Amino acid sequence: MSQTNASNTATPRGGLLPHPILSVILLVVWVLLHQNVRSATLVGGLLVAVSVPFFTRRFWPERPQVRRWGALIRFAPVFLWDVLVANVQVAWLIVNVWRELHPRWIVIPLDITNPHAIVTLANVISLTPGTVSSELGPDRRTLLVHSLDVPDEQAAIDFIKRRYEAPIREIFE
Amino acid sequence: MILDVFVGTLVIIGAVFTLIGSIGLARLPDFYTRLHGPTKATTLGAGALIIASITHFTVSQGAVNLPEVLIVLFLFMTAPVSAHLVARAALVRDVHSVTGGSSTAGGHRRPDHQPGADEPARVDLEPSPPSGTESGPQVPR
Amino acid sequence: MTEIAVVFGIVCVGLAMALNVYRLVAGPDAIDRVVALDTLYINAIVMLVLVGLRLDTLVFFEAALLIAMMGFVGTVAAAKYLRRGSIIE
Repeated sequence: MSQTNASNTATPRGGLLPHPILSVILLVVWVLLHQNVRSATLVGGLLVAVSVPFFTRRFWPERPQVRRWGALIRFAPVFLWDVLVANVQVAWLIVNVWRELHPRWIVIPLDITNPHAIVTLANVISLTPGTVSSELGPDRRTLLVHSLDVPDEQAAIDFIKRRYEAPIREIFE
Repeated sequence: MILDVFVGTLVIIGAVFTLIGSIGLARLPDFYTRLHGPTKATTLGAGALIIASITHFTVSQGAVNLPEVLIVLFLFMTAPVSAHLVARAALVRDVHSVTGGSSTAGGHRRPDHQPGADEPARVDLEPSPPSGTESGPQVPR
Repeated sequence: MTEIAVVFGIVCVGLAMALNVYRLVAGPDAIDRVVALDTLYINAIVMLVLVGLRLDTLVFFEAALLIAMMGFVGTVAAAKYLRRGSIIE
């Protein structure tokens, strides 16, 4: 499996910019925090954006690689919509005291092996319908998920695999 | 005027969701169900309120007020991570759960497992074992 | 409209923080208290944003951002400590 991981993630080059995306994010955050775009701000921001990834590069041995940006753009609205719907559902379950909850542990077998894809899937699961990802199996092939109200376990597994895992797999692999 | 109504509505929605998240934390029966309220409802409530604040200050100051977006982004990135870490810690601590379980699979620890039957699975630090052990039975490591 | 909504929001969030404090005191496990603290800091951010709206000032923004960052680090550290008995391995 380690070989699969190696082929799915690029090892950063040893140059001045080991993580370009991280550098861009640092620069944007710096400018936002200063609330202006004067040249002094930009110079300081560039200094931070170059030096922080450079000096911490040993903490980030791998770089996440998005293979298909189109899939990411198509997945984003689905995800945001599901976050909204999930929140209303969970809020309703909390407020409705007369309805009995059916909490369940679900084990989701994973098809994806890329660690960044698994992290994304776990976070997406935590933010969407009544589920919190709790633990990754020792062999990284299963994900233990706690769900707040699930009458049918297999249907929930199929739903997560179809709606979230398939697009994430398309994005990363 | 319309913006006033928009900001007011967002404030009310956000405050109600925040309150519901905390009601969930106080009311639900066990630790794992309680975790759902703060991770979802409270995060969305905070998001709605901060968007209302951004809109208000953008209008009243006549300039786009973006820095508060940082708070929203940060909350949305950290909420699932901290929920996952806390849930895992609770699993290791064997916190009481009312949850009905499915079949034990994949070598996961369950709150209803035999105490002391296994050690914490070291999933976050070690790379996966060499392929020889993967096909074997699921032995808790 | 906004004035009334903001006051309503402050009341709601204050109530929410009181519920968090109840969970913080009631427990029963230490990890319940960690989650209560986690929710409490998010509610504190929300409260700061609301007070900023009420007083029409932006000075609370930095405080809210700092609480957001420190709160997350604190939750992670507490969860790691309760999981393994140590924070840095």
